[in-house]
Amino acid sequence: MHRRDFVKLTGVGAAGLVLPITGSRVSAEALVATGMDFAQKKQLANIALNAATEAGASYADARIGRYLNQFVTAQELRVDGIVNTESVGIGIRVIANGTWGFAATSSLTPEAIARTAQQAVAVAKANAKFQTEPVKLAPVKGAGDVQWRTPIKQNAFEVPIKDKVDLLMEANAAALDNGANFITSVLFQVNEQKFFASTDGSYIDQDVHRLWTPFFATAVGASGFKQRSGLCNPVGMGYEYLDGDPKEQIQVQGANVGYRFSYDMVQDARDAGKQLQAKLKARSVEPGKYDLVLDPHHLMLTIHESVGHPLELDRVLGYEANFAGTSFATLDKWRSGKFQYGSDIVNLVADKTQKHSLGYVEYDDEGVKTKEWDLVKDGILVNYQAIRDQVHMIDQDESHGCCYAQSWSDVQFQRMPNVSLRPNKEDLSADDIIKDVEDGIYIVGRGSFSIDQQRYNFQFGGQLFYEIKNGKITEQIEDVAYQSNTQEFWNACTAMAGVSDYRLGGSFFDGKGQPSQASAVSHGCPTTRFNGVNVINTARKSV
Amino acid sequence: MTIFTEQEAKALLKKVLAYSKADECECGLEGSVEGNIRYARNTVSTAGEVSDVTLAVQSSFGKRTGTATINEFDDASLEKVVRRSEELARLAPENPEYMPLMGPASYDSVNAWVDSTAAVTPADRAAMAEASIAPSREAKTVAAGFLRDSKGFFAMANNKGMFAYHRATNTDFTITVRTEDGRGSGWASRDYNDTRKMNTGAATAIALKKAKASVDAREMEPGRYTVILEPAASATLIQNMARAMDQRSADEGRSFLSAKPKPGETPAEDAPTNRIGEKLFDERVTLWSDPLHPDVPTPAFSSDGVPVSKTVWIDKGVVKTLPNSRYWAQKTGVPHVPTAYSGGGLFGGGVQVIMAGGDASLEDMIAGTRRGVLVTRTWYIRSLDPQTLLYTGLTRDGTFYIEDGEIKYPIKNFRFNESPIVMLNNIEELGVPQRINGSLIPPMKIRDFTFSSLSDAV
Repeated sequence: MHRRDFVKLTGVGAAGLVLPITGSRVSAEALVATGMDFAQKKQLANIALNAATEAGASYADARIGRYLNQFVTAQELRVDGIVNTESVGIGIRVIANGTWGFAATSSLTPEAIARTAQQAVAVAKANAKFQTEPVKLAPVKGAGDVQWRTPIKQNAFEVPIKDKVDLLMEANAAALDNGANFITSVLFQVNEQKFFASTDGSYIDQDVHRLWTPFFATAVGASGFKQRSGLCNPVGMGYEYLDGDPKEQIQVQGANVGYRFSYDMVQDARDAGKQLQAKLKARSVEPGKYDLVLDPHHLMLTIHESVGHPLELDRVLGYEANFAGTSFATLDKWRSGKFQYGSDIVNLVADKTQKHSLGYVEYDDEGVKTKEWDLVKDGILVNYQAIRDQVHMIDQDESHGCCYAQSWSDVQFQRMPNVSLRPNKEDLSADDIIKDVEDGIYIVGRGSFSIDQQRYNFQFGGQLFYEIKNGKITEQIEDVAYQSNTQEFWNACTAMAGVSDYRLGGSFFDGKGQPSQASAVSHGCPTTRFNGVNVINTARKSV
Repeated sequence: MTIFTEQEAKALLKKVLAYSKADECECGLEGSVEGNIRYARNTVSTAGEVSDVTLAVQSSFGKRTGTATINEFDDASLEKVVRRSEELARLAPENPEYMPLMGPASYDSVNAWVDSTAAVTPADRAAMAEASIAPSREAKTVAAGFLRDSKGFFAMANNKGMFAYHRATNTDFTITVRTEDGRGSGWASRDYNDTRKMNTGAATAIALKKAKASVDAREMEPGRYTVILEPAASATLIQNMARAMDQRSADEGRSFLSAKPKPGETPAEDAPTNRIGEKLFDERVTLWSDPLHPDVPTPAFSSDGVPVSKTVWIDKGVVKTLPNSRYWAQKTGVPHVPTAYSGGGLFGGGVQVIMAGGDASLEDMIAGTRRGVLVTRTWYIRSLDPQTLLYTGLTRDGTFYIEDGEIKYPIKNFRFNESPIVMLNNIEELGVPQRINGSLIPPMKIRDFTFSSLSDAV
């Protein structure tokens, strides 16, 4: 009976896939109805800002949000859910007596908004009694009136339900006809319409769109069962992402098809069916040290866990100690200017500006213009991810612009921007990277992943594993996971492909904070090689 | 109004059903008020209170179903939400697995509501946070904690006469204490229906003691060890296993409980093919659910309004019962085994598991251990192989070496690769069950627990 719902998808792994979804269920036509206009929102936001200031706030911001979701789920050849959700309200954040206060309401009458603003100030004043670190905000210049929209070609909410159902049915049938016995497929569509206003003089209206169509296929054989998930990347795009444009596909010799900025779900489901049959017959890996070649759809999650999270400044400082943990990438390592995070070809960059990425917006959720900045340059740790009330702690005076709240009813805080590995300046292909490997494993897709609370020790699996012998992919193998340590791993990076191979993967539901909030984030990278990584065998005899 | 009484909820749902023109109509009304306070670095970082109430209406024409939701309760809104769900139902494809709605039933009365929890104020929360922060500040350690309380209700009714109502209060608390130099870390958690049982200071004292005791951790070689798992160290593994015990996935060949047909035997087409009746665990393993358990009460009805009572899943090591949907029960010709409502339909929350234990306290279990590892909690648990239920994860916030009945010294954290099935076959001793995340799990002494590598994390 918590206020947040969780979508529980059965048929997805042993324990199912549990995903957070906010909002109430509504009809499909509500999703394409136009919300309030700019002037109306500006007027309501000003009521909040004025009421907060009058109650004693030294700073206030208001976020009027309309959050729309639609998800369609299908199991085998039946649709088992079409759910539309809508959530509207205002969240007001203030500083009073040097302390943050927050309150939110779904009621958008002037009286309710003023009352909520006063409540936020009252919370700030109550908590100020225990405050030992008064808030210090980095300056931001008011943006004035701004309107921005994710550059999409086709709004997914305007596509008829029937077309979406047909797509999932076609994909499921393709998997079942080619070797899968079961398949669950999902189409997630998200639209965040958020209006931000602050006492700095900003009125920023943004219309953000995201899309993801994962599937989870299973084949049952004589000796057990195998699973293979889809290779769709979640994206900041419209329905055009599902066009299946062949020009956006990368065929890796003897292995898989990788998808750039267009996805062919039916083809991927067909491949999954065939690969599942191969998985049932595949040889189990011999544990040991291997040179790994990681495809972008896999490596994105390794970047997320071993670079994205440890470089969140709030983790480094201890604000997340009770939940996700802290970080090995401590301030003294950064201050030394010499901390070798990776080998000298490793350049990791943060941004909220990459087109088609999940993190792409013009302004963050506290009115800071987004940008790109280096985290690891030529292998050296050079910066963190920080927002307005944090940058002074790393001797900087400009927020990085990566503040986010999952809805109007949640307070915004530091969230991971896109964190990506820069491609090789030489435009090598995935095949070029594989051809130099004598004894290795090529890993495709995201599988089981686990990392400790300071982000040292990790273990990652995948969806597809191929043996590489003398520069060639020989056969599909199974039961592969690699165990490493973040710094060791990134220092073992020896080669990467170039810009033509660069792909944006991502996480649609990254969790952080208490109460936990979800956020969507992309990670770009090319196919990349890591030498001498410890591989374990995950198979264990059934009881 | 956010928290409806049974009579208020019944009256509202009756009004909603009166608008229905569908073959079948079922509606659910759910409301909650949740308050929280969060702190880190010995100071409050955020606090909030959020309330919400939602009405969901599901209408069906034949096997076509649509659902719509609203959070306004005037007559026009109520009629609108019914009409919307009917429109959606007409657009939806037929669901071949649609089951007719349940008729009236009587349910056990559950006592999950405590007035004192429902009455918690922001000032109470601040005081409970301060009771945790003050000792940490005094000890020159660093506390980060999260305290939450909620009150809520759920009511459902349909046009076949079914009506069910449940209300509950809950509070939960987690605390991490770290030494200032970051070399020691301790943790504790508590959850109850009754806030009067919540002693944030006492829980903090445990976390503080562990933080100080875990400084200067030594390295131990990864390998197989006898371990004492505190309930927070095994709860996720046990709950994951319970979630994976669904009859359908077992029958379909995609679960650890799928049965391989015996040579020469061809089972009837729709007959269940699972491992019910097989002894898969140590005979001390008994696992059940019970809505009426006073320490971990749940609704006494399922998400489709079927009465739920005590159900034994594993009895003395033997797989006894597997939960199923009404559709799957009918298809395979076995009785329907419902589970308690935890969010309903596509939406679902936690799973309540009660595991039998013994009489020993954690201290007794340590005292009776010649050599072993004490694990406070585990973290970042992910499935490696759903067939063997092999999981990976790490120990965290207090891992100690035990020798000759005493904690000798702190050790570095380990990554484990282990299956709860193997673990529940290697039981040495079970202690007194404790509440954790709405379940009751005993501390367990397990032999040959597999640690696969070391972690430098503190």
